[in-house]
Amino acid sequence: MTRWKSVLIIGFLASIPLWVTSFYFLHILITTGIFIIAAMSLNLLLGFTGQLSLGHVAFFGIGAYASALLSLGFEVHVTNDFVLGVAPKPVWLSMLFGTFAAGLSGFALGKIAFKVRGAYFVIVSISFAEVVHLVAVNWVELTQGPMALNNIPPLKLGTPQLLELSFLRKPAYFYLVLSTAIVCYVIIRRLVSSHAGRAMIALRENEPLAMSIGIDVTRYLVLATVVSAAMAGVAGALYAHYVRIVDPDIFLFIYTVTMVIMVVTGGKRTLAGPIVGGIIFGLLPELLRALAIKPEMQWIVFGVIMIFVVFLLPQGIVPALEDWRNSRKRHSPNTGPPVQAAPGAPP
Amino acid sequence: MDQFLQHCLNALMLGGIYALLGIGLTLIFGIMRVVNFTHGELYAFGAYMMYALVTRLGVDFFVALALATVLGVALGAAIEFVLLRQLRSSDIDVTMLVMIGAWIALQNAEQLAWTGVAQSIANPFPADPIVLGRLSVSWNRVFVFVVAIMLITATYFLVNRTRLGMAMRATFQDRETAALMGVRIERIHTVTFALGSGLAAAAGALLGPVFVVTPTMGDLAAAKAFAVVILGGMGNLLGATLGGFILAFAEEIGVGYISSGYRDAMGFLLIILILLFRPTGLFARKERIS
Amino acid sequence: MMSSVPIMLEIIELSVRFGGLMAIDNITFEVRDGELLSLIGPNGAGKTSVFNAVTGYLRPQAGTILYKGSRLSGLLPHAIAARGVVRTFQKTSLFDGQTTFNNVLMGLHLSARQRTLGIILGLPSVKEDERKLKDSAWDILRFIGLESRAHELGSALSYGEQRLLEVAIALAARPRLLLLDEPVSGMNPAEKVRFMRTLDKIRGAGATILLVEHDMRTVMGASDRIICLNHGRIIADGAPGEIQSHPEVIRAYLGERAVRAGS
Repeated sequence: MTRWKSVLIIGFLASIPLWVTSFYFLHILITTGIFIIAAMSLNLLLGFTGQLSLGHVAFFGIGAYASALLSLGFEVHVTNDFVLGVAPKPVWLSMLFGTFAAGLSGFALGKIAFKVRGAYFVIVSISFAEVVHLVAVNWVELTQGPMALNNIPPLKLGTPQLLELSFLRKPAYFYLVLSTAIVCYVIIRRLVSSHAGRAMIALRENEPLAMSIGIDVTRYLVLATVVSAAMAGVAGALYAHYVRIVDPDIFLFIYTVTMVIMVVTGGKRTLAGPIVGGIIFGLLPELLRALAIKPEMQWIVFGVIMIFVVFLLPQGIVPALEDWRNSRKRHSPNTGPPVQAAPGAPP
Repeated sequence: MDQFLQHCLNALMLGGIYALLGIGLTLIFGIMRVVNFTHGELYAFGAYMMYALVTRLGVDFFVALALATVLGVALGAAIEFVLLRQLRSSDIDVTMLVMIGAWIALQNAEQLAWTGVAQSIANPFPADPIVLGRLSVSWNRVFVFVVAIMLITATYFLVNRTRLGMAMRATFQDRETAALMGVRIERIHTVTFALGSGLAAAAGALLGPVFVVTPTMGDLAAAKAFAVVILGGMGNLLGATLGGFILAFAEEIGVGYISSGYRDAMGFLLIILILLFRPTGLFARKERIS
Repeated sequence: MMSSVPIMLEIIELSVRFGGLMAIDNITFEVRDGELLSLIGPNGAGKTSVFNAVTGYLRPQAGTILYKGSRLSGLLPHAIAARGVVRTFQKTSLFDGQTTFNNVLMGLHLSARQRTLGIILGLPSVKEDERKLKDSAWDILRFIGLESRAHELGSALSYGEQRLLEVAIALAARPRLLLLDEPVSGMNPAEKVRFMRTLDKIRGAGATILLVEHDMRTVMGASDRIICLNHGRIIADGAPGEIQSHPEVIRAYLGERAVRAGS
């Protein structure tokens, strides 16, 4: 993707709040954007590193809860005598904390879970998410359990007397999500086309061979998990301070599945895949709702679409589009030999 | 002491159910190497079939039980034939995603058909529990336990004493050699998946009348089934049986003496602990099905 | 046996159990700096198990493995590779979905000097390192003779080219001791000749090579020394000429009759 194309796309996206007046539509774009960030983070672990992590929503939720809790302040009885009390902190700090907490849990999961592989790893990752879910439901003193954390403060930057930027209104939040998404995209792109990214891909493609040339398997699996988890945590924090209410349902397995669907249908080894998948499955529910289709039916549609895409386009939509574009270029009489990726660029 | 014994008694029934779920899943997991995300839905399906037959259609309780199981077998065979068979040569992640898609579709179909309201199923047993000294247990639960044991025993017999079972064991140990020896692998896969699904449906049909029937009941059941499989070791029938009872006991003790909210966490914690410290399961000497 | 040449690898009383058998049964030998030592022996003799034990893919039951005087046993494969001991695999082993160029670039992992934080921040030092790595990749491709196939997918190469690419990947890891596991098996004569020429070049650059091979002509032609294994034990150790007529070796390969026929 050339520089100019990127500038144009970003410019177009940045202009959206100027001409989209419907707050409802902006709301959809914001939530879709948040989900895209989460999907990109999952793609790093699932797509590029090839690890079947199905507990990803745990990191999203931990980011959300950690950020919300720090911004609201909390008090827990660690033992019968000792009470841990934390006063509310500024939202920007809480969001950073949420990211950090998610990354830390990614580190913990990575260190523990990668002792097993394949189907067993899938089960560990799902179990991890479920344990976190149950903790959120049952540790009522900290998380308010099913009664949810509400009145989560919105993000405000700056000092109250001088200049204050409040991310309460939707257009402002749109820019916040957009810029975060762009930063995350750039980070992933840099990572993937670096030697660390190549190590992750090597692990996915041929682990014994990767070991034989000096790639420390555990180190790179954990790295992928930490970055992936931290990014999901950012998405969670953004979510918490946008909807401003967080309950344990955030940890439901179905949300991990949604992210997986986005990544897989979009194209799990590409940078653009989770974006395409995120757009489709972020907007699809709204489209279906507009057609007055019941929520259950919507999930059935999701499930069926996923099955179809997996059968027909196993690599996902973006690679299929790329193949189609490449084959058209090859058959066009005016172009020269097929355009090759620059040496060393990720496929 | 009485409380402890009462917990043990409660755990027996649940243990039988968990064992049923675990046996079906360990066969599927072991022979087909598929992470079967639809297992929980077959459990729910069995329960819903019981509801439909007994409460809506007025079919005799015991006939409905058998029918629900048979329908579960049929649904399992259909899933294998329509979906899994096409994915024989695909990666594990593709197969998993298709199974997840099927799980979503099944659960939401159930929600659409029966609404999310919890349904109950009448049972023909006396309401008064059997009293043994200071312990009590309901007739229904005794029935569930007995039938579960019968089904488990029948499965053992099938796997260990019949030619079909021998073919299944051969496929588990060494697929290529089994195929060379004339075992029709595709047929074994269908049979295995159908059998495992049938056992799950039976478990749901048995337990439905004891508790209530909801569309999401399958999720926890699936999680516990996986815990049992991992406890016992993939493909290990005896391990799965024992694992089912161990999980039930762990849950009952946890509920009784720690906290009821974390009851369901027991299964997950056990999964994580076992996979970390003894990935082949508590009982596996070497992988085998018998 | 005293030698004035430094010892690269010392295997001392090594025993390895694999799949219920003693794959290697108390063997002792050494590899000298700069030599090409071949391991031969019938199938199942334990040759690949030696590789797996040396490079950390198998844990030995007993014995010591010393590389330049320090212990290798107990280290993980990637740590062993970082010390300069790199192996190839018996079955063709590539990063299939990647181009030839990317395969070699991945092999250069150990040469990279990039920190994760620097990568994320997009520091110029990272870009500089990438440029250096890509230059090295081209050098290796030219050395091996695959530069014309750089942009093809690894899976699109011919069999012989794939085996060469495997060696290129291993070379990228800058080995001082290179373990090649049946590198020419399945190659046609022309490919074999090309490969052996490349092997000469690699030796010329200073690498020590431990070779497992079945092709006797290749082995006899290229080796400084040959060790013959059978049933996990060493039955002969010497120069190619000695091994060729060694009765134990003949017996291992061709049976008792051949020994009597030869004598």
